[in-house]
Amino acid sequence: MSDTSSSVAAHTPALEHHFTTMEQQTDAAVMGMWVFLVTEIMFFGGMFAGYMIYRYMYYGPWLEGSQHMDFWWGTINTAILLCSSLTMALGVRASQLGQRTSLVVFLLITILFGLGFLGIKGIEYHGHWVDGQFPGANFRFPGPNPRQVELFFSFYWAMTGFHALHVVIGIGLVAYISLRSWKGAYGRAYHNPVENVGLYWHFVDVVWIYLYPLLYLISHKHALE
Amino acid sequence: MSEHIATKRTYILVWVSLMCLTAATAGVSYLELGRFNIVLALVIATCKAILVALIFMGVRYISQKMTLVVIVAGLFWFLILVSLSMTDYITRSWR
Repeated sequence: MSDTSSSVAAHTPALEHHFTTMEQQTDAAVMGMWVFLVTEIMFFGGMFAGYMIYRYMYYGPWLEGSQHMDFWWGTINTAILLCSSLTMALGVRASQLGQRTSLVVFLLITILFGLGFLGIKGIEYHGHWVDGQFPGANFRFPGPNPRQVELFFSFYWAMTGFHALHVVIGIGLVAYISLRSWKGAYGRAYHNPVENVGLYWHFVDVVWIYLYPLLYLISHKHALE
Repeated sequence: MSEHIATKRTYILVWVSLMCLTAATAGVSYLELGRFNIVLALVIATCKAILVALIFMGVRYISQKMTLVVIVAGLFWFLILVSLSMTDYITRSWR
C-alpha cells in the first residue's frame, strides 16, 4: 500500500509478466513500433530513391507524365489525410483520458476519412486506366518519349499503390481498435495499441505528404506553359 | 515514458498549420520557378512531415532515448541512400 502506483500496475491485467511496470512495457512497445516504422522508411525509401534517380535522368518525360495527374483530386486527398491524422491524434488523446465514447467516435471518423481517400484514389486510378496510362501492353502515350513516361507511371502506380495498401491496412487496424475500444478494452492505464495504430496512421500520412508534391505538383498544367 | 497528454488546442493548431502549408504548396506550384519548384515543394513537405512527427506522433514528448536513436538511425539511413545514389548519378557525366 505504500507504493500505490506499482501496486496498481502489478494488478493491471494488461501488464505482461516480463515487464516490471506499465511504463516500461509502454516504452518497449512504442520503441518496437518505431523499429517497424524504420523498416517502412526503408521500404518506401527504396522507391523514393528510384524515383529521384529516374527523375534526374528523364527530367522532361517526368514532367510530361506529371501533367496527367489530377491536381485537384490530389490536393483534396492531401487535405482528407491531414484531417484523418487530426481525428486519429484526438482519438489517441481520448484514450489517454479514458474517454471511451469520444475515442470510438474519433476512430470511426478516421475510418471515414480513410475510405474517402481510397474512393478518390479509385476515381483517379479508373481515369488513368481508361486513358491507357497503366504500364504494360496497353500503355499508350502520345509524344516523343512514351517509354520514359511509362516509367514515370510505373513509379506512380507502385508508390501510390503501396501507399493505398497501407491505408487499407490502416483502416483495418483502426476498425479493430475501435471495436476493442467499444468493448472497453482501453482506458487510462492501458491504451498502447491505440497509440501504436496512431503512429502507423500518421506514418502513412507522412508518406503521402511527400508523394503529393513529387507526383502532382512537380509540373501541373499551369506551371509548364 | 511519463505520458504527456497534449491539449486539443495544440492538435487543432497543428492541423490548421498543415492545411495552410498544403494550400501554400498547391498555390506555389502555379508559379514558374524552374527547378526551384521542386525545392520549395520539398521544403514545405518536410515542414509538414516534421509537424506531424513532432506533435501528432509525439516525437517531441518521447523520453525514452533508445526510441529517439531508432528514429534518427532510420532517417540517417534514408539520407545515406539518397545522397550516395544521387552523388553517383549526378557526377557520372562529369569529366
